[in-house]
Amino acid sequence: MLTKKQLFTRGMLDISPHMLSVIPFGIICGAIGVELGFHPYLVYAMSFIIFGGASQIVFLQLLSGGASSLVAVASVGIINSRHLLYGAVLSEYLEKLSFIKKLLISYVVVDQGFAESNKFFKKNRSEEFLHYHLIGTGCTMWVCWQIATLSGIVLGSFVPEELGLKFAIPLTFIAIVVQDLKKLDHVIVMITCGLSSLLFFDAPFKSYIIISPVIALFVAALLLRLKK
Amino acid sequence: MTLTAIIFAGILTYLTRMTMIALISRDMLGDKIKAVLEYVPSAVFPAIIFPGIFINDFGTFIEMNDPKIFGALVAVIVGYFSKNIIATILAGLVSYWFLIFVVFN
Repeated sequence: MLTKKQLFTRGMLDISPHMLSVIPFGIICGAIGVELGFHPYLVYAMSFIIFGGASQIVFLQLLSGGASSLVAVASVGIINSRHLLYGAVLSEYLEKLSFIKKLLISYVVVDQGFAESNKFFKKNRSEEFLHYHLIGTGCTMWVCWQIATLSGIVLGSFVPEELGLKFAIPLTFIAIVVQDLKKLDHVIVMITCGLSSLLFFDAPFKSYIIISPVIALFVAALLLRLKK
Repeated sequence: MTLTAIIFAGILTYLTRMTMIALISRDMLGDKIKAVLEYVPSAVFPAIIFPGIFINDFGTFIEMNDPKIFGALVAVIVGYFSKNIIATILAGLVSYWFLIFVVFN
């Protein structure tokens, strides 16, 4: 049985490789906000209040492009609706927690943290304080995101644009799913999601980010039925 | 004005994080749904990966000889065999840089 501290540290370690892409992305995110003409305090407030990488950039781009606040807020909601799926997966492991703890832990659920903690949870179901792993991944991500966006706001885009570091983001997620390429059913689900995301890329409010997972999960349900 | 919008966007985002964790109990999800939810990572992350590779900053498709496709392929191969996140990201970035700075320069 691992202690709370051990689990927290394990979570920190499991998510730390992703900082290779998260930190440059955070710097870019902060710098873009200022470049688009928003007040530095507002750009930073987003990292604290919304705390959701891509959705923050989209929000600022929409507003600076003349979209209404309603459209910008709706886009953030739709882009981040994928957290509903993460929550549904995690709820199984977090159900013993008190309501208050659930409310607090929810704030730090992010893509990479979900991915790494979910992998850990599946292998260590019997651990009593499992949620400390999720707190570890989430808090590491939170601290790094705050520092990275702040540096981008203060120092501007000191990451040279020619390096194309935004490309590190898809690479991080490739690292997360690549081992599932061993399973044919997962490959089919991934290709369905990927192709749908390209097909629906121009759908309003960036809704491709939730339309394609829904289609892919539907295909997953069909595959499960065929397997039986 | 903008701050109000940020606060609403933040509340909405928090609700997407909190709803399923805090308000759904284990019994509400049947075994079938749980089996489908096993696929969530495979069903969500390609929606971040594919546009990040195949669509450029202007929202249009890239050419088939774009260095990002090569970089992504290298990352998949290195990731598959190394099972190492840092190696995967670096392999993709370095091969991408090699193409844009050395080959296409």
